[in-house]
Amino acid sequence: MRQTPLYETHLKYGGKIVEFGGWLLPVQYSGILEEHKAVREKAGLFDVSHMGEVAVKGPDALAFLQKVVTNDVSRLADTQVQYTPMCYPDGGTVDDLLIYRYGQEHFFLVINAANIEKDWNWLVENSDGFNVELRNLSAETAELALQGPLAERILSQLTDVPLAKLKYYWFIPEVMLAGKKTMISRTGYTGEDGFEIYCLPGDVNELWEAIMEAGRPLGLMPAGLGCRDTLRFEACLPLYGHELSQDISPLEAGLLRFVNLEKGPFNGREILAQQKANGLKRKIAGFVMTGKGIARAEYPVIFEGRRIGTVTSGSYSPTLNKNLGLALVEAEYAAAGQQFDIEIRGKLVAAEVIAKPFYKREGK
Amino acid sequence: MNFPKELKYARSHEWVRVEGSRAVVGITDYAQHQLGDIVFIEVPTVGNKVEVGKNFSVVESVKAVSDIYAPVAGVIVEVNEKLGDAPETVNQDPYGEGWIAVIEMSDRANLDDLLGSDEYADLAAKGGH
Repeated sequence: MRQTPLYETHLKYGGKIVEFGGWLLPVQYSGILEEHKAVREKAGLFDVSHMGEVAVKGPDALAFLQKVVTNDVSRLADTQVQYTPMCYPDGGTVDDLLIYRYGQEHFFLVINAANIEKDWNWLVENSDGFNVELRNLSAETAELALQGPLAERILSQLTDVPLAKLKYYWFIPEVMLAGKKTMISRTGYTGEDGFEIYCLPGDVNELWEAIMEAGRPLGLMPAGLGCRDTLRFEACLPLYGHELSQDISPLEAGLLRFVNLEKGPFNGREILAQQKANGLKRKIAGFVMTGKGIARAEYPVIFEGRRIGTVTSGSYSPTLNKNLGLALVEAEYAAAGQQFDIEIRGKLVAAEVIAKPFYKREGK
Repeated sequence: MNFPKELKYARSHEWVRVEGSRAVVGITDYAQHQLGDIVFIEVPTVGNKVEVGKNFSVVESVKAVSDIYAPVAGVIVEVNEKLGDAPETVNQDPYGEGWIAVIEMSDRANLDDLLGSDEYADLAAKGGH
């Protein structure tokens, strides 16, 4: 089991440690609901050092990425960030990731912690014939996520760089933050405004403390994996292994806008083009429990006695105060207003399909 | 953490308050703390028979689904319907307003297998096992 460089700090802050994808991380500090609310209304600070990072450099860097991911990487300008799925040739999903463009021949990928080894092997295997140099930077990169409406105000106290000018899905390659060298992007996984801060593992504890100190008077709280999941769930951001997997294509997950079928050949294009042309057989639908109960991942979705799908994520939604869920269902049952049942501990409980995302911040 | 002297405790983290032939049942302060924010409780049905050690209720926190086991055998004679709208009561007042059900005991000898407050406090201090 691996620890991030902030492990001792989590204990000091009262973090309740759990195992997640091979890492020991705090699921919560004061409580998931309180931390969730802090991120929606003020700000929360997350340790996301378990995430993986890979540098892609060389004359063929762009061509290589165009082959392995589904989004059109050529549309990225220097210091811009892009979200994209990465597919197998059969259209199943290897992972979903962020691509940071430093320059025509230099990109930085941020991948899911549980997929680091798999992604690395996949990238290396696919780099055959491309003039690129890949480097796995996961062990030498720490990452914090400062999320919430007050994130900009808090972080601006620690740097001279005008963060107010940093737009959503752009980054600044070098920011001196509280005296430490960092890279900062305006990105996140909560549905709120916020920043992700990349630094050296040796600097991350001091950065954590500096941000906590700057933010505490404004209501900043340390936030754990528990609320990271409820926050992303309300915003309907997919979680690999749930809404996306080797068996679920980005189109089935509703991510068509991150799949560019016209950009030229790429892994999975043929199958994805067929899925688009012929219509999808399955789709991720969002639903609200109209009966009493909480849907959880893996629970069956039933319509008139027949299984039509499976819950991929389900939870009490703290912001909406409802029990909500996402499920992969046969496409004809995925439209808003559709009613079906969720099988909870052997009992059928009523649910109804609603629009996604469940939560959208104001002004966005 | 608080473990009132007058209660009896199951190793599976339920408490029992004996009132004549009846047992009021809830989950312990340790259990609610371990679960975190409780957001749903499936209360048992009045009239149902329960067996010792068999699950008779379900408590869900944001992240976890946990079975609640009957500490004594008998018949459910009363349930705390208020928990349907206010499951957080179990976090706030586990031994008071957060009670889950009342069991009319069929075998008082079940009580002899439960722990006293000091014994249970030791169990909780060792991580609950």
